[in-house]
Amino acid sequence: MSIETAGIGAIVVILIMSFVTLATRLGGVFVMSFVPISYRVKQFIGAMSGSVLVALVAPMALEGDQGARLALLTTLVVMLVVKKPLVAISAGILAAALVRYLMG
Amino acid sequence: MSDLPLPLQALNRQLVWDGFKQLLPISLFVTVFGVAFGLAATQAGLENSSILMMSAWVFAGSSQFAALELWGTHVAVIPLMITVFAINARHLLMGATLYPWIKHLPPAKRYGVMCLVSDANWAMSMQAFNRGEPGLGLVLGGGFALWLFWMIGTWLGMAFGSAIQDPRSLGLDMVMGCFMLSMVIGGEKNGRIVVIWILAACSSLLAYRYLPENTHVIVGALAGGILGAVWMEKNHEH
Repeated sequence: MSIETAGIGAIVVILIMSFVTLATRLGGVFVMSFVPISYRVKQFIGAMSGSVLVALVAPMALEGDQGARLALLTTLVVMLVVKKPLVAISAGILAAALVRYLMG
Repeated sequence: MSDLPLPLQALNRQLVWDGFKQLLPISLFVTVFGVAFGLAATQAGLENSSILMMSAWVFAGSSQFAALELWGTHVAVIPLMITVFAINARHLLMGATLYPWIKHLPPAKRYGVMCLVSDANWAMSMQAFNRGEPGLGLVLGGGFALWLFWMIGTWLGMAFGSAIQDPRSLGLDMVMGCFMLSMVIGGEKNGRIVVIWILAACSSLLAYRYLPENTHVIVGALAGGILGAVWMEKNHEH
């Protein structure tokens, strides 16, 4: 099934996207309201919250260019030393820009 | 103001405003993504009203960029739904991780707050909870800041998109990656957590390489979560 994007069709497509996205935003809370929060579930949630971020970032490091890798490495080191996210993020972005400038 | 510490699930005007302010710096970067989206959407042939509507209602950058890839004179509905769902399925996990605190709100507020959940405000709120501070104001106020600047960026991109010719050469494509990494590193660290992260990273990479597109976040997150549920922290009351 496909929708023509001329006129009202584009709005229908955007509505479909909105509903799917909204379902993901509300679905996790909805499902959890049927799950008793045991200690094990809490441990699962705690471990998962960091893992979401790690799983997002890992492919950027592996598949990215040298600039992307050095940006992440710089952020990691600066964050461990200074412990200020904005400083670490800025340093990472700067590293990516520098590497890409120098390596053309 | 009383001196009693607020409960972690607290949500009031002051906390929402604080959350808005705390997400402002990262929101400025989000504007740049919005500019990129506005420009790309114009180039993909969307009308201005459709572009603004998509940013306002969908409010999920990666899935909006993916939709542009599928955009033509006709859009196939099922592939679009699968793509959007796969990219945004991480919101399901975010909802689950927020549940222990958000469950204390009445349902209308609970789901209302969730409408604005996004990577950055969720990550900041989880950090706040882990520090023992209320975090739902960060989700709601911070989400509004992100939404507002996403809209401003989208509009700027539509109107003057060609001004930023190459965001990549400025390193701006790494903003979200560096942000998320700094949130990981800023969180609780011990041997157990690091092993969980390593498993999450490895499973994410394997899924990225061998499984269908956009499944790696879910696979990595669930692998880490399951290890955490099997290998639980000791010294707690059963």
